[in-house]
Amino acid sequence: MDDQDKSQTGSERRRFLWLSGLGALGAASAGGAAVLLDFVHPKVLFEPPTTFRVGRPEDFPVNSVTADYERKVYIVRTEVGFFALSAVCTHLGCITRRMEDEEGIMCPCHGSKFAQDGSLLLGPAPRGLRRIAIRLEEGELVVDTALEVQKDDMLRL
Amino acid sequence: MSALELKERLVATRVWQSIFRHRYIDSNRNRALTIFSNVFLHVHPVKVPEKSIRFRHTMCLGGISFALFLVLTVTGVLLMFYYRPSVPQAYRDMKELEFVVSAGAFLRNLHRWAAHAMVLGVFLHMLRVFYSGAYRPPREFNWVVGVLLLILTLLLSYTGYLLPWDQLALWAITVGTNMAAAAPGIGPRFKFLLLGGNIIGENALVRFYVLHCVVLPLAAAVLLAVHFWRVRKDGGVRPL
Repeated sequence: MDDQDKSQTGSERRRFLWLSGLGALGAASAGGAAVLLDFVHPKVLFEPPTTFRVGRPEDFPVNSVTADYERKVYIVRTEVGFFALSAVCTHLGCITRRMEDEEGIMCPCHGSKFAQDGSLLLGPAPRGLRRIAIRLEEGELVVDTALEVQKDDMLRL
Repeated sequence: MSALELKERLVATRVWQSIFRHRYIDSNRNRALTIFSNVFLHVHPVKVPEKSIRFRHTMCLGGISFALFLVLTVTGVLLMFYYRPSVPQAYRDMKELEFVVSAGAFLRNLHRWAAHAMVLGVFLHMLRVFYSGAYRPPREFNWVVGVLLLILTLLLSYTGYLLPWDQLALWAITVGTNMAAAAPGIGPRFKFLLLGGNIIGENALVRFYVLHCVVLPLAAAVLLAVHFWRVRKDGGVRPL
């Protein structure tokens, strides 16, 4: 009976030590994984700025679509005002192109078609072109490609 | 002194006998000793059943895929001597390999052809294993390891594609990372980590370089070891 008691308490202690060891290993692994995940996130990015000037309002004719393929934007001026569209196709990221004769915007990669206001007409793209922020600063139009605005948003001038 | 005598004297030297610990008696025991005392050779069994080396059953497709993997590793390492994964140096280095480096074009082409051939090879190997039922119990887990190896092969192709830093590379990676970003929830974050930022720039190039040359090959080597080990322990390749 004595021997049995001794081995029982022994095995409880052993079990406790085993579980705490396992727990410690688990905590260390979880901590290590968290640190690793944070490590692979870049903290400082050397990328070109997302805001840039595109010109003065007078430079854009009324009812025109001006394409800037370098910065991947379309500046659209209607009778009411301005809005800016991202030229990046919403399908898989190719740069769309404005078609002169058909008066629309097309993507050369997989054939998606958009209207002049960016809405989706045809193609594998799931939605229309993103409308991005445009504002007036010191008499010049400034576009911010990182800021998306509502579909009917306009800079009224 | 004849060539034979020279050889006999060489093999009797202490240096030789320290490197090669077996002698050259032709007995089963000594053949086994020769294999076991060599780290490279002992990965293979000492003897294989005649059936398992019959060409028509496996068409050596797994072996061909592995041989291509070795070709890719060797050509890849050699290409690394002249390639710098920075912008815009990468494109210039690729041009230099094509036109200036001795045998550069040959090594680069061999690397590219071997990559395509390996993808084809692993697909054919997968088809062969499937149609010969070699995935059935108890071999199911090895099939899973094989699928993981297939994914690694495709990822190796994908990461390598960016390294020349030309238009083809840029747009292939644009499409691929946008597809990854379309995954629900973790998609955009995964794209951000893969590119090391929001655009395909110098961060993306160096990350893809490390993935292509270190991380993915290491993972493939580990899984290959498991894959081959499994085949050996299941009795070697043989018609079921």
